Amino acid sequence: MVLTAMNRFAELLDRLVLTPSRNGKLTLLTDYFRSVEDPDRGLALAAITGDLTIAAVKPAMLRTLVMERMDPVLFGYSYDYVGDLAETVSLVWPQSPADIANHEPTLAEVVAKLQAASRSDGPKVLAGLLDSASISARFAIIKLVTGGLRIGVSARLAKQALADLGKVDIAEIEELWHGLTPPYAELFAWLEGKAEKPKKTALALFRPVMLSTPVGDGDLEKLDPTDYAAEWKWDGIRVQAVCEGGVRRLYSRTGDDVSGAFPDLADAMDFSATLDGELLVGDPLQATGTFSDLQQRLNRKSVTLKIQQQYPAFMRCYDVLQIGDEDLRPLSFHERRSRLEAFVRSLDPSRFDLSPLVEFTDWQALEQLRRKPLHPVIEGVMLKRWDSPYVAGRPKGPWFKWKRDPHTVDAVLMYAQRGHGKRSSFYSDYTFGVWSGPEGSEELVPVGKAYFGFTDEELRQIDKYVRDNTIERFGPVRSVRADRRQGLVLEVAFEGLNRSTRHKSGVAMRFPRISRLRWDKPAAEADRIETLQALLDR
Amino acid sequence: MRASDLLHPRPEGLYCPPGDFFIDPVRPVDRALITHGHSDHARSGHRSVLATQQTLDIMGLRYGEGFAGTTQAAALGETIALNDVTVTFHPAGHVLGSAQIEVVHQGTCIVASGDYKRQRDATCEPFEPVKCDVFITEATFGLPVFRHPHDTEEIARLLKSTAQFPERAHLVGAYALGKAQRVMRLLRDAGYDRPIYIHGALAKLSDYYQGQGIDLGTLEPATVESGGKGDFIGAVIVGPPSAFADRWARRFPDPISCFASGWMRIRQRAKQGGVELPLIISDHSDWDELTATIKETGAEEIWVTHGREEALVRWCELEGIAARPLHLVGYEDEGD
Repeated sequence: MVLTAMNRFAELLDRLVLTPSRNGKLTLLTDYFRSVEDPDRGLALAAITGDLTIAAVKPAMLRTLVMERMDPVLFGYSYDYVGDLAETVSLVWPQSPADIANHEPTLAEVVAKLQAASRSDGPKVLAGLLDSASISARFAIIKLVTGGLRIGVSARLAKQALADLGKVDIAEIEELWHGLTPPYAELFAWLEGKAEKPKKTALALFRPVMLSTPVGDGDLEKLDPTDYAAEWKWDGIRVQAVCEGGVRRLYSRTGDDVSGAFPDLADAMDFSATLDGELLVGDPLQATGTFSDLQQRLNRKSVTLKIQQQYPAFMRCYDVLQIGDEDLRPLSFHERRSRLEAFVRSLDPSRFDLSPLVEFTDWQALEQLRRKPLHPVIEGVMLKRWDSPYVAGRPKGPWFKWKRDPHTVDAVLMYAQRGHGKRSSFYSDYTFGVWSGPEGSEELVPVGKAYFGFTDEELRQIDKYVRDNTIERFGPVRSVRADRRQGLVLEVAFEGLNRSTRHKSGVAMRFPRISRLRWDKPAAEADRIETLQALLDR
Repeated sequence: MRASDLLHPRPEGLYCPPGDFFIDPVRPVDRALITHGHSDHARSGHRSVLATQQTLDIMGLRYGEGFAGTTQAAALGETIALNDVTVTFHPAGHVLGSAQIEVVHQGTCIVASGDYKRQRDATCEPFEPVKCDVFITEATFGLPVFRHPHDTEEIARLLKSTAQFPERAHLVGAYALGKAQRVMRLLRDAGYDRPIYIHGALAKLSDYYQGQGIDLGTLEPATVESGGKGDFIGAVIVGPPSAFADRWARRFPDPISCFASGWMRIRQRAKQGGVELPLIISDHSDWDELTATIKETGAEEIWVTHGREEALVRWCELEGIAARPLHLVGYEDEGD
């Protein structure tokens, strides 16, 4: 079977969306990049990372196009059954044998035609492309024009696949990324050893960030407290602010450009430097907002003025990578820190402040501070070796994070879902709930889902429990008996709680995992929703 | 006579009063004519059964020799008189032994197709269109969204995946009668020559297929005794889909779950079932095959049964062909 490049892209999308494991996705991506030629592979990469610009076609237009071509009643039956417009249209689109015999377009041809189409002839161009494509290619084309592939692949994962392809560190890709444009021919040539590494030409590029490792048991005993500086660990989002030659960029820790979501902060970036720090909301001089407040600013494409005023963004700086033309990364943390202190003083104090150092004499003293932080938005302490240069990635030793102990709650197992790969015959994903409602008529309300934290042996035990106590089955999900008299209590650890309008319980857990199985605890004695609500209001 | 006097639904199944027999009855009856061996069409406990030899053999394998009081084999194309009615079995292309049943009485001809498909299949006789007045069609995939690709393309995707993930096992869910053997045969035709591991539920039927001259190559039982986890590295294992949720599946290294079914055309069906590699391979006709077959039979009237009747009835209306749903109970969707 000969696949045209468009079909190979379509096949890649189909496989990625159903492949849950990260390694599986990486294999599929690197195989694709290895076997598909330029420029198709680069355009596919851009489509996955969200860097491909194509004028959008509205779903209503798509529906109009298909209704012109088939009986509306049959379309109605079809759409009702499938439930997804893009998929329905890709399947029912009538195709004449003459069309099939014709040349099937490559991804590059599809993209070129779509990009060249004007607003008025867009639908006609789209219809022509759908006529010439096979079913899965039609689906891919429709996904391209309706925006959002939704295949569960982040830009970061795509970059990791590139790194795997060229056997280079992902930091190298991230550092280059914003200076490159689709279809990335020079990038692929370098990764395949056919050309030199592309030169950095664009301004204000991302510099791969330095990450920390958690403090493990017994780690600290081997370390001398005088070798380390301590800072609070802020529960915001890690950002890098880069200004160069008048270009301003705010990057997430994985190198995504998030400037658009924080125009208030970006406006205040009138300097020539690269700063590393935590994005928080509130007024640094008055009060720092909690993570719940920060959430109001996250995952938004655009942000209203009202929200900007209510939750102003600022950056709490803890490192400096570059000032002017001077790369400070080879300097020690000690030297960078003094340059940072001086530099931050020159910035707008309502938008930039300095993350203070925490004074301590020995680990016990720091432990006390870690347990009782000054502010709810502090989630622990960071330890940084005074003599450490700024290195991309996660080297073990120079930087440690020492987190506050997690919160725990006793919840009751409600639903279990089968896992994938090694776990495909195990019920390994658990939805759990806590009690709600007045005494005598309590009900379980789901508060989260967790799929790790237990040992293989515990997994076998829970799996058996699920199979023995199933009351209903929906596909790969089983509903498990859970009432006042019987139920499996799980001690769930989590990092924090957010308000949620999507969940019936009104709360969403951050980073939940199973910390213990409480076979001993009666279901009726599991926690109540009020316990979690109290945490929310703190 | 009216066609509905020749064949009409009763609680036991489709009944022919002048011939006094049922086609694919779901309850025990005196005389049953059976289109093919799938368990929702072929049940045990009838007093007498008329079916192709292969269907009778398959029923014997599934239910034991005493599955019916008496049996009679119908050769394909041979006309058999039952009271005033004549019946003829024609190949349906569904699974080994499957047949359409042509029923003729006083010049009226009805063809009950049973389940059928038009795609080429090396494991059974191809479907033969039969001119008739009334054609009774299945409608399992009776929606315009069901368009089955060529089975060779689907097998090529499976083989590509085995090359991409050589360290994992590929677990292919396929029904024990027909689908499983077709998948194995397709693998062989694509040049796959390693042993194929099979679940115990497939053993008897696969042996029978091999005995009927359908070469499936070397089949090994997928038992722990026959090998440790390491032996299944890179292997293709075929089993009934229900087994994949079982503890049985734990013996395989990091398996990729595949499912060979027409339902796999719908992404959400694959996702809900936890299928990583859907293989759109069906024993049933897709929309284009159904509509083409209806035209080919030249039937003036179409009766639509088990599946999505309303869409096919609508299509017939648009084409100016009389059609109505025939409400038969007790037949299952493929894959549920």
